[in-house]
Amino acid sequence: MSAAAEEGSARTPWALTAPALMLFVGVLLIPLAMTVMLSFHDWGQYKGIEPVFILKNWREIATDPYYAEMFWRTFRIAILTTLLTALLGAPEAYILNRMSGRWKSFFLLVILGPLLISVVARTLGWALLFGGNNGLVNKLLMSLGVIRSPIPFMFTETGVVVALAHVMMPFMVLSVWAALQRLDPQIENAAMSLGAGPVTIIRRIIMPQIMPGVLSGAIIVFSLSASAFATPAIIGGRRLKVAATLAYDEFLNTLNWPLGAAVATLLLVALVLIVVGSNALIERRYAEVFR
Amino acid sequence: MAYLELDRVAKQFGAQTVVDDFSLSVGKGEFISFLGPSGCGKTTTLQMIAGFLDPTRGAIRLEGKDLTAIHPAKRGLGIVFQSYALFPHMTAAENVAFGLEMRNVPRNERAERVRAALAMVGLAGFEDRHPRRMSGGQQQRVALARALVIKPSVLLLDEPLSNLDAKLREEMQIELRQIQRTIGTTTILVTHDQNEAMSLSDRIVVMSQGKIEQIGTPQETYERPASAFVSQFLGKTNDFAGTIDRTVAPTQLVAGSWRAPAPAGLGGPVTVSVRPERIGFGDAGLGAKIITRIFQGNHWLFQCESECGPAIVIRQNDGQTQPAEGDAVRLTWRPEDMSVRARAGA
Ligand SMILES: Nc1ncnc2c1ncn2[C@@H]1O[C@H](COP(=O)(O)OP(=O)(O)OP(=O)(O)O)[C@@H](O)[C@H]1O
Ligand SMILES: [Mg+2]
Repeated sequence: MSAAAEEGSARTPWALTAPALMLFVGVLLIPLAMTVMLSFHDWGQYKGIEPVFILKNWREIATDPYYAEMFWRTFRIAILTTLLTALLGAPEAYILNRMSGRWKSFFLLVILGPLLISVVARTLGWALLFGGNNGLVNKLLMSLGVIRSPIPFMFTETGVVVALAHVMMPFMVLSVWAALQRLDPQIENAAMSLGAGPVTIIRRIIMPQIMPGVLSGAIIVFSLSASAFATPAIIGGRRLKVAATLAYDEFLNTLNWPLGAAVATLLLVALVLIVVGSNALIERRYAEVFR
Repeated sequence: MAYLELDRVAKQFGAQTVVDDFSLSVGKGEFISFLGPSGCGKTTTLQMIAGFLDPTRGAIRLEGKDLTAIHPAKRGLGIVFQSYALFPHMTAAENVAFGLEMRNVPRNERAERVRAALAMVGLAGFEDRHPRRMSGGQQQRVALARALVIKPSVLLLDEPLSNLDAKLREEMQIELRQIQRTIGTTTILVTHDQNEAMSLSDRIVVMSQGKIEQIGTPQETYERPASAFVSQFLGKTNDFAGTIDRTVAPTQLVAGSWRAPAPAGLGGPVTVSVRPERIGFGDAGLGAKIITRIFQGNHWLFQCESECGPAIVIRQNDGQTQPAEGDAVRLTWRPEDMSVRARAGA
């Protein structure tokens, strides 16, 4: 009897988590597994998808330099976006944190407000400003005679990086902001009383302490940028494909679902490896300081 | 000759005056405590000396030179913060070395001075620990070593012991006093703990609502409190309403049936303050009845109802029989054990 009771109590946690677990399996694991399986199926222009197990798609991705270039571009854009958000976002969060009461909440709202607006709308804003001859900024600058031809922005990597950085900025600012909240409010005064000037204080005292915040922000921004769809689709278009837009095209235009699935799977695996790896590195690096 | 001098210093935040008319001169090597309840402006005053806040009015001088004109980074003061404000990403030794680095002390000398400073606060062997891996008391010591290693002209301590448990706090008090005596650094300690202020300082500055109530040695402030606030704040006290009777000669101070020759310079209604341990039981004096009697080992605590309101009496446990609960007694004290102040109204 007691054995039965014990068995029952061992089952309780499973029973309690079952609904969430089922949802997790149902909406995430099963589609994921199906996508992975799909990447091994065959596809032909006329025969459609054939549920066989072949490595054709994977071999194509591995050998055709087109895919290598496209993946390299994806990660290059993600890295540049991450660097840009870190370079602008960390000082932004620091300045924000030093503002007093009312201004602080106002500017925090200004920075986080965009999160409430759709990514598509925010990206289209950039297109309106810089899109070819009709872009507002281009028109203005050309009519002022500052530039002859429109600033190359649409369909360029620079354009994608700038627009992505704009979209991702709140995540970086929030992450650094959280790290700044953990700082001792007197820490700058302590450094100052020991004779440190403002530059030394930032470099030697503030930066090392907010670094974990910058790095975790970087991981978020990097993974979101590498898998971003809307912004590269609008700014980069067909001419400048990244992994996400390529997978989309394979699925919906070429209808080569297995190849699209292989691209999506590779992107996912690469991202998981990068994120888990860098996270482990960061945790080890800062283990003794931030427990 | 004053070493550190605060001359009618005041600080306002908007319309609120937080510190007002604060004048104090500190001698070289002196240990001063700012004592007062929460929010009375102790930290604000300390931060003005440190330079993190600018005084609204008044002057602060160190060795005759205007301190407010000097940037906080150049004042050369040692500060221990209530939260310690250690640099969590640096080891204990790196924390202590930071101030020396800023002064461009050569590496060898720096290492030697850091080692000596950590040894002085009893942390030899903890050089490579990070603050988060240290106990509160150890962190406190690192903060003290970090402030002292730069040989500050003045050491400012903002409630450095308030985060420690009672036993450790007592140990650190003794240690702090010893270190301060040894190296002779002029020290200002902020505290709201009257025992701490009394056991550590040469002089206490008792503050209330941004104003100085009294400046004096621990004994003076305890035995000759300048105001009702001071006598209430520094330990238990009995306040009796009395009057000075000028109709008789010589003039008499009367409180209930207790009477004594009146002190000079006062008349009319007064408040008579007497510490509980200075009151004895006698044949004549203030009539009272003992309500409760509590035995506390080395002393007895009596709560009485006297002619002039409730009274507390503390008697040393010297083996003699003490009155019991319900007994009628007479409370007496020597005139030099009381302080008499004019009483408003009545
Ligand atoms: N930056 C500020 N702006 C407005 N008011 C302030 C500011 N700093 C302190 N005050 C006010 O000044 C008063 C004194 O503050 P202070 O920190 O000096 O008190 P304290 O004596 O150190 O108290 P505690 O023992 O609680 O530390 C308080 O009423 C506080 O609210
Ligand atoms: Mg304070």
